Amino acid sequence: MSLTQLHAPATAVERPRFRAWPELNNPAAWLVALILLIMPLIASGFFLIEIFGTTLILGIIALSLMFLAGYGGMVSLMQLTIAGFAGYMVAVFGVSGNANISLGWPWWLATPMALVLATIFGTLGGALAVRTEGIYTIMITLAIGAAFYYFTNQNWAIFNGHTGINTVATPHVLGIDWRSDIPFYYLILAVAALCYFAVQYVSRAPFGLALQGVRDNARRMAALGFNVNAHRVAAYAFASFIAGLGGVLQVWNYRQISPGSVGVERCIDILIIAVVGGITRPIGPFIGALIFVILRTFALDVLIKFGLDGNRFRLLIGLGFLAIVFWSSDGVIGLWERWRRRQARSPSSTAGSRHG
Amino acid sequence: MDSVAHRLSAVGAGAALELRGVTRLFGALAALTDVTMTVRPGERRAVLGSNGAGKTTLFNCITGDFPPSSGTIRFFGEDVTRFPPYERIRRGLRRTYQISALFPGLTVQDNVYLACRGVSRGRFSFLRPGVNDALMHATETLVQAVHLTPVKDQRVAELAHGQQRQLEIALALAGAPRFILFDEPAAGLSPAERLELIEILTSLPAHIGYIIIEHDMDVALRVVESVTMMHNGRVFKEGLPREIESDPEAQELYLGGGHE
Repeated sequence: MSLTQLHAPATAVERPRFRAWPELNNPAAWLVALILLIMPLIASGFFLIEIFGTTLILGIIALSLMFLAGYGGMVSLMQLTIAGFAGYMVAVFGVSGNANISLGWPWWLATPMALVLATIFGTLGGALAVRTEGIYTIMITLAIGAAFYYFTNQNWAIFNGHTGINTVATPHVLGIDWRSDIPFYYLILAVAALCYFAVQYVSRAPFGLALQGVRDNARRMAALGFNVNAHRVAAYAFASFIAGLGGVLQVWNYRQISPGSVGVERCIDILIIAVVGGITRPIGPFIGALIFVILRTFALDVLIKFGLDGNRFRLLIGLGFLAIVFWSSDGVIGLWERWRRRQARSPSSTAGSRHG
Repeated sequence: MDSVAHRLSAVGAGAALELRGVTRLFGALAALTDVTMTVRPGERRAVLGSNGAGKTTLFNCITGDFPPSSGTIRFFGEDVTRFPPYERIRRGLRRTYQISALFPGLTVQDNVYLACRGVSRGRFSFLRPGVNDALMHATETLVQAVHLTPVKDQRVAELAHGQQRQLEIALALAGAPRFILFDEPAAGLSPAERLELIEILTSLPAHIGYIIIEHDMDVALRVVESVTMMHNGRVFKEGLPREIESDPEAQELYLGGGHE
């Protein structure tokens, strides 16, 4: 066909099926959703919050890193810092045991305030970080994380120094205590689902596609009319909001926040969670978080049973991290996908290609 | 074609591209020295020269990938010398790359869609395109125009070289281009693919001008009406294709000696 027809309206062209949600065709996804929904019937309070609730919260924070790293090619080590900042802001603007610091705003004012401030904080950090690439992005975001940790340690007027802020109030709405186990679990699940679907949705929207274009070839994106740095900063803003949501849930979970919650090793935990799970898909961080939380909770008992020091659970996590990075650079998700592909290929070669 | 040029200048359309004393230094090395060049709207021109003559650097200065060290560049009368690349692209400038610069992790369709989105509004849109999205139609049409419809859902990393070159061209045709810079579009193409390329270039709407860098004389001289020869970062000679072909100095410099 000739290119003179290019600017004529398309007529016989097949209608696109761009908006479809292919993930909804997957029966495994429906099964997982069902299990998560009826979890309070299966799991006791400890498992419900300490294992699954914590997994989902860490998963949300790691999801924000997955969005930046997987779609934008920007490895940010400050995602936990942004979450921690949101947590601190909930404690500072809301109600806590430290009446000299907390302003005592109701939760429905303090929470949006915390989210807005965390988004601004992350966007400013991102605006600094996008001037660099690769390892320098990691260094700058790590420096922001470390600086925030030391700042909270030394600042007593707002962050209450190394003791932090304790007995943070949690919301009571419609006569329900949203920090009691079952409502809190559903609250976390709802926020996690929202974040998951938002990231999934945006990844196919123009903004998300363009971000992946920036990841693949920033120079060409500029030569297609995109302001690459503006796109990167906007990605930080979006990811900061998600991390902020995770941080609000985090502070409601522990009802306190202190410099220990925003330490550099915590920042690195988020990186490990995202990488172990896999940063190619939004489900990866949640899988990584589940592995991390299970190891952290049970490795201690297992190690003691084998006559080893229980504090060595980090050694297990570290070895697991090494193994994943060594054998599957795209995490557990990558292992799973390759296994599925091999399964699909071996029994019948025709069926596999159709599902792609 | 001269009459077209006269008519255009009569209505005051001016130059599509006007370079005045453009110089680009890389450290002590002058990749371009004092390049002055005027290209009319709709004009099709080849830039010839041996490796290291400064052809691709010229493109990089025009698009802003590397800004010139000195000199001015006007695009349809507007001084774009200090503009970032995306501002020039939004004004109707396009380019292709010598080594395909695509998005390997995305599908063919997504690559073209990004190109269409880049020169229209809604670059930051958080909403997925609907079934009647105009840009989706434009994408389908472009994919079809470069014969890539059968592979539109494949990731670009999986495409054959020739298909990647065609996609490279599709990206440059998105939106409403006014002037295109083609950097060795025929590199690595089979003879059949070269014919297809010539067909695509010659069937471009007449108002779209371009500059083409091409080593293959059969391709280059068939699709242009004027030629600029470059040597060591300077404009060495300008003329009609047949003048350059028969010029002994040009023969010596390029067509005979340095040609791979």
